[in-house]
Amino acid sequence: MSYDPGDDVIQVVREPAPGPAAGAYRAFGETLRGLKTTFSRIVEGPTTIQYPEEKVPVYPRFRGRHKLHRFETGDPAHPGLEKCVGCSLCAAACPADCIRVVSAENTPENRVSAGERYAAVYEINLSRCIFCGYCEVACPFDAITMGHDYELSDYTRSDLIFTKEMLLAESIERTPLRTEGE
Amino acid sequence: MTVLGLVNYVEPWWIQIVKSLAIFLVIFALLPILIVYERKLLGRFQNRYGPNRVGPFGLMQPLAEIVKFATKEPSRPTTSVGFLYRLAPAIAILTAVGSLAIIPFGGVQNIFGTPVGLYGIDVSIGPLYVFALAGISFYGIMLGGWASGSKYAFLGAMRGAAQLISYEVAQGLALLGVVITAQTLSLTGIVHAQGNIWFFLPQIVGFTIFMIASFAETNRAPFDLVEADSEIIGYFAEYGGTAFVAYLFAEYANMIVVSGIAVTVFLGGWLMPFGIHPPGWVDPIVVLVKIAIVLTFFIWIRATLPRLRYDQLMSFGWKVLLPLATLNAVVTAIVVVS
Repeated sequence: MSYDPGDDVIQVVREPAPGPAAGAYRAFGETLRGLKTTFSRIVEGPTTIQYPEEKVPVYPRFRGRHKLHRFETGDPAHPGLEKCVGCSLCAAACPADCIRVVSAENTPENRVSAGERYAAVYEINLSRCIFCGYCEVACPFDAITMGHDYELSDYTRSDLIFTKEMLLAESIERTPLRTEGE
Repeated sequence: MTVLGLVNYVEPWWIQIVKSLAIFLVIFALLPILIVYERKLLGRFQNRYGPNRVGPFGLMQPLAEIVKFATKEPSRPTTSVGFLYRLAPAIAILTAVGSLAIIPFGGVQNIFGTPVGLYGIDVSIGPLYVFALAGISFYGIMLGGWASGSKYAFLGAMRGAAQLISYEVAQGLALLGVVITAQTLSLTGIVHAQGNIWFFLPQIVGFTIFMIASFAETNRAPFDLVEADSEIIGYFAEYGGTAFVAYLFAEYANMIVVSGIAVTVFLGGWLMPFGIHPPGWVDPIVVLVKIAIVLTFFIWIRATLPRLRYDQLMSFGWKVLLPLATLNAVVTAIVVVS
């Protein structure tokens, strides 16, 4: 007794294999089709982005190099107090352990930050940073945020340890920002 | 022998030297241009720019690469055979340059009162000369692969040997149809015989077979399994520096040679279509433009077709191209005689 698969079977109807003439014709035709395809690539033109001259715009939430922030005063001669109070929460949150914070007490003569203490040393080792953004999330005062700069290569490892002055400095916007959507 | 065939013997002896130098210099100036042209065109075929950093539009790219290659330390594997290892690239490039001699860039013209044929030499055995040199150039590949003492180079050389031998037969037979039609083996004679109609129309089968066999002869895609850069690197796997450049230039010179032969034999040489008869100095430009068009087609094919499998290559050569070429020659002979 033979097994009857019923209607589940899909019958594939194959054309007979082409003979020499039809095979040659088909190969020739397919070659012409391929030539047409490659030629239409020329018509389309290159889609390459010429990197150092042109850059891919980043999204607003892109996580690039960190920035430290001050309170706004609107007066460049008298910059505001630093937002960072040296609590080291960012260093605690950092999975790559690349942030080093040493805090010191604010005094009436030397007032650096708005809180009781300030970060005397604030260093980020960018050769270890994985740009996860946990420091930004952990910060209770929004003192550290992720910027848009991703061009971070340098000639020595020690040059990639960014100090507080470098992180506080007004960063040069080297990367275009994507305006549409998020 | 035609009167044109005798022209070489009435030219002053120094003309021959000047012509050799001119052809050599022009072609060797064209080689780097061809290399950068191919890379840029391949880029366009793949939606990218190709080299565009060195010099204006990247045109200095081959120059930078030649400097890079020339400053490399010459080295060879300890298993290689020194003499043959050094000889093989020389054979490859010498035969490629030698074949250039017979490509006619124009007819006999009076330059400052001296009759000068715009070709290296008009040998009365035309295509046979090319095939003889192609037969020797195969030693460049074979010896290079064998003397390297590396199994991948040897594999590439073996593939090259089988491929060149089988496709040279079809290529020769494809030319036979033209030779029968033109009743001469001299390449200038063949061009003059195309005054009425270029031979690629009556000899369309021969033209197609010749072009396909030419791709195989020059180890170009889709028949580049001699090199097969993604699998075995090829017969020059152990070569570096200037020896590698010699192989590279030999390959591109061979491309120019087969394009030149195709232009001469099938595409009317220096003749212009639609009965235009420009002054004589235009002839070399016409030939060069036609060669450039054929080379563009070479590159276009390379950008389109994937590499053939080895057994496909063999069965295609022996079972399709060779019978077709034979049939073409026989039919042409019957038509011409009757």
